[in-house]
Amino acid sequence: MPYVVERKPLTLSERLYFPQILAGMRVTLKHLIAPNVTMEYPEQRPAIPPGYRGVPTLVMDPNGREKCVSCQLCEFVCPPKAIRITPGEIPHNAPTAHVEKAPQAFDIDMLRCIYCGLCQEVCPEEAIFLQNQYSMTGYTREEMVNNKARLYELGGTLPDSHHKWDKKKAAEAHGNAH
Amino acid sequence: MIAPPKPDLVTINIDGKDIAVPKGTNVLEAARLLGIEIPHYCYHPKLSVVGNCRMCLVEMGLPTVDPGIKAPFGDAATGKPKINWMPRPQIGCATNASLGLHIRTNSPMVRECREGVTEFLLINHPLDCPICDQAGECKLQEFSTSYGRGYSRFVEQKNVKPKRTPLGPRVTLDDERCILCSRCIRFSNEVAKDDVLGFIDRGSYSTLACYPGKKLENNYSLNTVDICPVGALTSTDFRFQMRVWFLKQTAGIDPESSVGANTVIWSREGVIYRITPRRNDEVNDTWMADSGRVLYQQIMAADRLTAPSISGTATATEMALKSAGHLLKAGSVAIVGSGRSSLEEQFLLKKLADALRASTALVSRVGRGDGILISADRNPNVRGALATGLIPALPVQKLTALATAIDSGKVKTVLTVGEDLTAAGLSTAQLAKVAVIYLGPHRNTTSDAAKVVIPTLTVFEKNGTFMNQQFRLQKFAKAVPGPAGVADDLATLGYLVAAVGGPTLSSDLNILWATLAAEVKPLAAITYANLPSTGLLLDPTPWAALPFVERETLHFKPAAVSGAANA
Repeated sequence: MPYVVERKPLTLSERLYFPQILAGMRVTLKHLIAPNVTMEYPEQRPAIPPGYRGVPTLVMDPNGREKCVSCQLCEFVCPPKAIRITPGEIPHNAPTAHVEKAPQAFDIDMLRCIYCGLCQEVCPEEAIFLQNQYSMTGYTREEMVNNKARLYELGGTLPDSHHKWDKKKAAEAHGNAH
Repeated sequence: MIAPPKPDLVTINIDGKDIAVPKGTNVLEAARLLGIEIPHYCYHPKLSVVGNCRMCLVEMGLPTVDPGIKAPFGDAATGKPKINWMPRPQIGCATNASLGLHIRTNSPMVRECREGVTEFLLINHPLDCPICDQAGECKLQEFSTSYGRGYSRFVEQKNVKPKRTPLGPRVTLDDERCILCSRCIRFSNEVAKDDVLGFIDRGSYSTLACYPGKKLENNYSLNTVDICPVGALTSTDFRFQMRVWFLKQTAGIDPESSVGANTVIWSREGVIYRITPRRNDEVNDTWMADSGRVLYQQIMAADRLTAPSISGTATATEMALKSAGHLLKAGSVAIVGSGRSSLEEQFLLKKLADALRASTALVSRVGRGDGILISADRNPNVRGALATGLIPALPVQKLTALATAIDSGKVKTVLTVGEDLTAAGLSTAQLAKVAVIYLGPHRNTTSDAAKVVIPTLTVFEKNGTFMNQQFRLQKFAKAVPGPAGVADDLATLGYLVAAVGGPTLSSDLNILWATLAAEVKPLAAITYANLPSTGLLLDPTPWAALPFVERETLHFKPAAVSGAANA
């Protein structure tokens, strides 16, 4: 069944044409003096609000110890299976030997990552954070996989309130054993 | 055979539900039958009861007995006896079923007891779960979640104990995590008969240690890792390799001897990480030997064959199969089967031998039995070859008959399934006289000398069945895919059978078993799909006269005839 669109005849002001021009110019002039809403990206960058979920990164504690102990919970919880960890043992003579375990390899495939933040939520060691880095680009698929070195470079150091492993070492030094 | 005396059943009542169990059954097992879980750490169904973890505390009561009539008296209206509940909780593992026993497993007192026990156990337990290999299969972790308080009231410093003490070549001890259940000590003493473990020091300083100058190095040491309810005893091989929740479990059979211990193969994405025992009360209880746990390394072995070859030149599978078919069709063939092949492969080999009218032989592997879970016969499936009719008598150590046949020129082609013929008594000169077709997973002197080499799968990469020393037919399943380019063994053998004019046989086990059941008399009326996971015991009488080499092991006594023949 055909649908008939009713076309109303133009009103007087519309037929005069000039008032419509003026209304248009009013909008244009308003934007001429109004403050800018766009910015010159990438020279200018927006301020990132706290709690923003950017690219997942690995962080160090204030003493420069890598916090990840490769428990693989993030790998387990990751919905798109973007995380891949190869666990490993810390050598007996290393200064952090009391932590025993650290990742040998830690890869996050940013082509798979959906920025959900479950890895950060599940991490028992507070080692993985989605920080304010939001732009990931690359020319190849390999470039889009963040390896361990890159993850630490992106993550940097974050303050720690628990110092769980330092306390553990202190207890060992204190010698509560007999 | 004398039937075991009927156990006298008594009716006990757990959480209001009546159940009849044999007198003396412990309450933990009776509750398990009712589907009620009583948490426990130190109790193990295959070890003696010590009752030192106190986690299985339950309330217990007995019917009040009227001293006048010497019978329980109760409510006349309901007919139920009046129960005298004990004011203190009892441990379930050491409480045996007796007439009229009443148990409460979920009363406020019991719940409070569990909370208290858990709190004490956690006092000195480290917060290691993120780095602990036991996480995911840790009883302490599970029960702390189910029965614990949820927060810690302990403000003092935890004890610090050594974190990586090697107890032996395969076991590493983390002392801090130990909850002193003594399962490992009892296992070493009672099952492995190697009493090397014990506790030293007192109170919260108690630690597990080896007897001075000794090591936990018997061939069953890794069972202590399996039964450890926490992550104190860890396998040095599996330590920090992979979290258990990623691993897929596949039911397997230990192929190292004719005991056929049931196993679980743990793999992730086609890589096997560990092998642990699977409970089968008729075969291996809950144990297996350490030597069987490292066999998965043969998959990635340096001498693994991955490509077929003709006269040492790599070729396509079709070409190698065609060439093998031509060689076999020429006649004068001898077949050397393997006690390591599955029963189905042996059946196909038998079909091949029938079609060619070829002679067949098996090479025996005899070692020392340890009387526990390794028998003297190191071939896992000699009985399968007997049942399928591949061989009429027991395997031989040296292939002297074959050697004579080669020397006299009666045999022109030898097909060997994984067996190294030089190790079985054939000289290189004799090998050079014949065309050898080698079907096996690994390289050896014979494969180097072979005309045609067709790689096959290891036991972890295929489905099949083994028949163990008890004549128990047991299935094993494919845990990981085989290497690229290696065809399924049944497909390879099926092709060869068809190529020499034999029947067309399916490589699908369910279809193949229909043929097997129809043609092999001892296996009549068996279907592959219906084989129980604990195995199917066949009648051993047709082979009772054969002098098998096995001596007594766990759950196995050699038949009297063979014992006399061996003596």
